[in-house]
Amino acid sequence: MRLLRDGSRDASTFSDNLRVSEYLIGFAAIIAAAGAALLTGPAGIEKTGVLAELLDQVPFVSIDSGLSSIQKNILWQIRLPRVVLGALVGATLAVSGASYQAVFRNPLADPYLLGAAAGAGLGATVAIVTGSGDGIGTFDLVPLLAFVGALIAVALTYSLGYSSGTQRSPAALLLAGVAVASFLTAIQTFIQQQNVDTIRQVYSWILGRLTTASWDEVSLLAPYALVSTLLILVYRRALDVMRLGDVEASSVGIRPQLVRLVVICAASLGTAAAVAVSGLIAFVGLIVPHTVRLLAGASNRIVLPLSILFGAAFLVLVDLLGRSLASPAEIPLGVITAFCGAPFFVVLLRSSKRTLG
Amino acid sequence: MKRMSWFFTLLSLLVVACGSEIETESKLTYVPNDSGMATELPVASSVSPEGEPLDINYGGCGAAEQPEAIVSLSPTATEMLYAVGAGPQVAAVDNFSYWPPEAPVIEDLQGWNPNVEAIAGLQPDLVILSDFGIQEELELLGIPVHVAEAVTELEDVYDQMYEIGEITCQRPGAAAAVSKMSTAITALVESAGGRGEGLTYYHELDDTLYSIDSSTFIGDVYSLVGLVNIADAADSEGTSWEYPQLTTEFVIQANPDLVFFADAQCCAQSVETISARPGWSEMEAIKKGNIFEVDSDISSRWGPRLVDFLQIVVAAIATVTGN
Repeated sequence: MRLLRDGSRDASTFSDNLRVSEYLIGFAAIIAAAGAALLTGPAGIEKTGVLAELLDQVPFVSIDSGLSSIQKNILWQIRLPRVVLGALVGATLAVSGASYQAVFRNPLADPYLLGAAAGAGLGATVAIVTGSGDGIGTFDLVPLLAFVGALIAVALTYSLGYSSGTQRSPAALLLAGVAVASFLTAIQTFIQQQNVDTIRQVYSWILGRLTTASWDEVSLLAPYALVSTLLILVYRRALDVMRLGDVEASSVGIRPQLVRLVVICAASLGTAAAVAVSGLIAFVGLIVPHTVRLLAGASNRIVLPLSILFGAAFLVLVDLLGRSLASPAEIPLGVITAFCGAPFFVVLLRSSKRTLG
Repeated sequence: MKRMSWFFTLLSLLVVACGSEIETESKLTYVPNDSGMATELPVASSVSPEGEPLDINYGGCGAAEQPEAIVSLSPTATEMLYAVGAGPQVAAVDNFSYWPPEAPVIEDLQGWNPNVEAIAGLQPDLVILSDFGIQEELELLGIPVHVAEAVTELEDVYDQMYEIGEITCQRPGAAAAVSKMSTAITALVESAGGRGEGLTYYHELDDTLYSIDSSTFIGDVYSLVGLVNIADAADSEGTSWEYPQLTTEFVIQANPDLVFFADAQCCAQSVETISARPGWSEMEAIKKGNIFEVDSDISSRWGPRLVDFLQIVVAAIATVTGN
């Protein structure tokens, strides 16, 4: 590992100290986004009251916020869990996207292009369709089946993409992802059509929402997000070395196949858990890591942790838009991320064409 | 592919958003049958017995023209057919036409995703749809079609029942059914006696807080007894969401006097599950137990059973106001 660290001491790392400022910006972004999200809402709670209520929680500080019990409830049971859940989902999707891009060495890879989301969508649809009505298990089945679906989809894409005979070309993998995603989407649509009575639920899930966010969802996602993120971060240096090629990585004691397997599983785990609680929220895994790369360079050691911070801040902000633009009605998150993400994706596609050439 | 579907989803949302106004304009107007085949149909007359021109091609209603093999792909139309007395003329209904129980449901017949060939195979002499989706295809096969779209107010329900009476040659039955319905509704509104006036309510369509505003026929029923919809705030700029998804904190802050939930069937919701939602226990309606289940089949169909729906609402008001 020492060798590794020395070996990668290239141009991108001589300024390790400067990274501190980027982390600071990341944390500042989260705090700003969370602050804005906590202060804003259709309930029109006094902003000073919210601030006082928040300060009141600091040890040894006692301020009377003047909020009614219903307003306190809104702040602690509705707004805060929603902000925390949004941050967790955003962080998980962004870091998963960044690690997919690192593992597949493909700037366009994200949980959606590799079919993970389609798989999760199929799983969730099956869970909603079979679990609705009897009232038991729906809550537990949705994330579980979404997770299983995501893993199966990525495994399918991976094996299809690498069995196509060509060298490990990004194109083969992406095409495999497209095929797997459309295949799974077809099954999902079929099931959905057969169960029209649950179509609104499925539809609302597909568009992505944090509408019903509560601490339950937070505690459901948190362990998966933590495990997946930690696993990915553990391998961030290995992923950097693997950028040079598998042979080079093997020569410094890294087992590329193992790293790939672990990182893909971890990213799929995180994606599946996030998708299970929030539905399909597109483009976060693409926008955030690439913006971070533009700002801070391509090294995974910096892109992965910064993606966590900016992903969290980004989704909290998007959710704030989603519930503010048409307040008190909601606009699905997926609509907003795709609305911003689609133009971004086009620009990305154009510039990557140039470099892949 | 998933990504593609995003765009289509977005696009269709926009189309729906932009198209809703056009649809409301054209609602209930029967679109005259102008395909070549249709003119060859046995159309006896296009003038009603009173001498008023009908915009429907099934005038006359002599014994030969009365439709005897009606296929309904709309649960609401099915209820109306039976209400106007055209039940014996119904040959088949779609898989969601649960009511009335004697309606001849064919499980494979889907109103949502209709199959023209399967419908034609039933050899209907009249098909009733709730949208214009396959109207053209059916008419090309020479099958008369009537479209009864979702309405936005109670008056339109009556009009639609008259229309259904007209095309099934059950005009007296339709008049009787409408008068029975409107009498029952008037009686219910009177029994509420203005006690609902000004009380606020929240109507829940599913557990992700999709709701309705007053511009829908569901909202119209509540408006009859003076209830005020909290979701109307979502439409303050006249953007007409009709079925907005509300933010949780808004519902809690709005603190409605009554909560009606129509998601027991779809989403396994109950008084217990709703009361247990984080933050909801602070709401007055929850504290006082002013939370009422509404059968979604009754409240989501703009048919004769809206009377039953209004009955639930009036009973709820009685509970809330304590008499």
